[in-house]
Amino acid sequence: MSNAQNNAKSYWRTNIKYLIILLSIWFIVSYGAGILFREELNQFKLGGFKLGFWFAQQGSIYVFVILIFTYVRLMNRLDKKHGYDE
Amino acid sequence: MSVESWTWILVGVTFSLYFGIAIWARASSTKDFYVAGGGVSPLANGMATAADWMSAASFISMAGIISFIGYDGSVYLMGWTGGYVLLALLLAPYLRKFGKFTVPDFIGDRYYSNTARTVAVICALIVSFTYVAGQMRGVGIVFSQFLQVKVELGVIIGMAVVLIFAFLGGMKGITYTQVAQYCVLIFAFMVPAFFISFQMTGELVPQIGMGGKVADGTYLLDKLDALHTELGFKEYTSGSKSTWDVFAITLALMVGTAGLPHVIVRFFTVPKVKDARKSAGLALLFIAILYTTAPAIAVFARTNLIETVSEQKYSDMPDWFKNWENTGLIAWSDKNNDGIIQYKDGEALTGKPIYEDKVGLNGERLVMNANPNESNELYVDRDIMVLANPEIAKLPNWVIALVAAGGLAAALSTAAGLLLVISTSISHDLIKKQIKPSISDKGELLAARLAILVAVIVAGLFGIYPPGFVAAVVALAFGLAAASFFPAIILGIFDKRMNKAGAISGMILGITLMLFYMIRYKTGLFMIMDPRPAEEWWFGTSPEGFGTIAMIVNVVLSIVVSRLTDPPPEQVQQLVEDIRIPNNAGEAKTH
Repeated sequence: MSNAQNNAKSYWRTNIKYLIILLSIWFIVSYGAGILFREELNQFKLGGFKLGFWFAQQGSIYVFVILIFTYVRLMNRLDKKHGYDE
Repeated sequence: MSVESWTWILVGVTFSLYFGIAIWARASSTKDFYVAGGGVSPLANGMATAADWMSAASFISMAGIISFIGYDGSVYLMGWTGGYVLLALLLAPYLRKFGKFTVPDFIGDRYYSNTARTVAVICALIVSFTYVAGQMRGVGIVFSQFLQVKVELGVIIGMAVVLIFAFLGGMKGITYTQVAQYCVLIFAFMVPAFFISFQMTGELVPQIGMGGKVADGTYLLDKLDALHTELGFKEYTSGSKSTWDVFAITLALMVGTAGLPHVIVRFFTVPKVKDARKSAGLALLFIAILYTTAPAIAVFARTNLIETVSEQKYSDMPDWFKNWENTGLIAWSDKNNDGIIQYKDGEALTGKPIYEDKVGLNGERLVMNANPNESNELYVDRDIMVLANPEIAKLPNWVIALVAAGGLAAALSTAAGLLLVISTSISHDLIKKQIKPSISDKGELLAARLAILVAVIVAGLFGIYPPGFVAAVVALAFGLAAASFFPAIILGIFDKRMNKAGAISGMILGITLMLFYMIRYKTGLFMIMDPRPAEEWWFGTSPEGFGTIAMIVNVVLSIVVSRLTDPPPEQVQQLVEDIRIPNNAGEAKTH
């Protein structure tokens, strides 16, 4: 296998690893905290919010925004490392 | 100055701005027309995507719906934002690298098949038309309520406006007007929210005010929960849908969002792959400003409404109450003849109010269809919460007028984006790619403009004569996108072994299953059958959430079929390798 192909393979593997980590967080805050475990979390409070309710109507959205910008940063770094940036 | 004068002024100023931009950003090639020349900055694209995405429904209806269903409204909040994470991580960068104009372009090339392309075009047309019909109606309603013209005339004005900037500028014109429309709509949404949050909780930022304390020192949400319990409603922060259904609807909306062609196409307009990622993040940031404010508005409005009306004399009601009663969005039926409004759980009327021509003892408009089985006396249309909120909170007239300008910006920007997808599907995916590949760039541009003209007229007719199924099928648009496009695109990028047979059979089965379920349980079939009751839903899944199941079926079938048939040809596997690497995206290729 050529160097270019190896480079592309390792780039893609790292990309998939990032995706798995970020999408797990995506799932945990929305489907986990906001839906499946909201009753348990509702026993805790964040200011005037029950915690599960806060995740469902506020927190998950903030986390989504942070996730995308984290992805942008990680990928920009990865592009550089593999010489794909322009 | 009166609300009407303010409304005319603000609508006039914002519309002149949109026209000015449309003339400045005329399109001169198909590339300008389809993808704005591929040179839009990530910031501008983020704003345009946000305006494109947030429709009249997001602007006007969403906070109202949430304020009536409390926790259950979370499906919209998470569903319509979480999809952007999928879009940014799984779709946008790769489709930008692929570098053509449309989603059917990708499907057709990746699955080396005109059949696949045609299936994708049909899906794109169904999804976009169901969506745009609702938008044109929204434009008509906003015009009619704020400028006192008939809904039909409102639709026609809206059609003319959309036509001008879409026809002249194509994607280029639309993109830059959408940037302006985003600024107008977010300003219009936030100003009343700041005012009301400060009034109720002393906190200027509504996202904090929602969790803040009211004047008597209790937390606002605790107070609202207590009010709800007292009046026999479900606790605001609990909701009444089953956990599985909330899960399924949220997932269907998220995946549907990521699969909507008018959203995906926006990421073809930026210069580089890294810009596509960044602009997805910016788009979500701009959307999140509205989507985290909406649930706060919902809580403020709900509390305000209950405190204003519950157990109060009808004769003491403020002006706004009677104004909205006159427009038919509020109705009161004094079931126990005490002159006091009893607002409780249950349907006060059977359906929407049908008024008699008489007024009752207290001066209220009498209704014929009071529901005798419920003690609730008050009917409130969900749509008025955002529109009436500034009045309920006694805000200045210019703020009330601003909401009208914002609602129009939201409806127009979304309609324009959808119409462009429809015209592109016809002029590019059908005419250029299938019927007459020899057509010149000029000819294709003309075809695109004619297609937009036809699309505007059809959409306008839907707006003027809304078929009863329109409201029911807007949810179908998400289910359809989830059940068809999303798996085909994702698998096309992440599964190199995916082939023509797998993708086509998956898309067809996914869509058919979704259509079948919607017809069986939601819309019914005209003259032949009525929708079946909720007790018969599969695994307790509502039609809104069924897109999740149809999507899973699509994915499983695609994978099984593809493994039983030949792998895709070498050059297609090469294409997949190529889109996975971000550099040399080049310009959006002409053809």
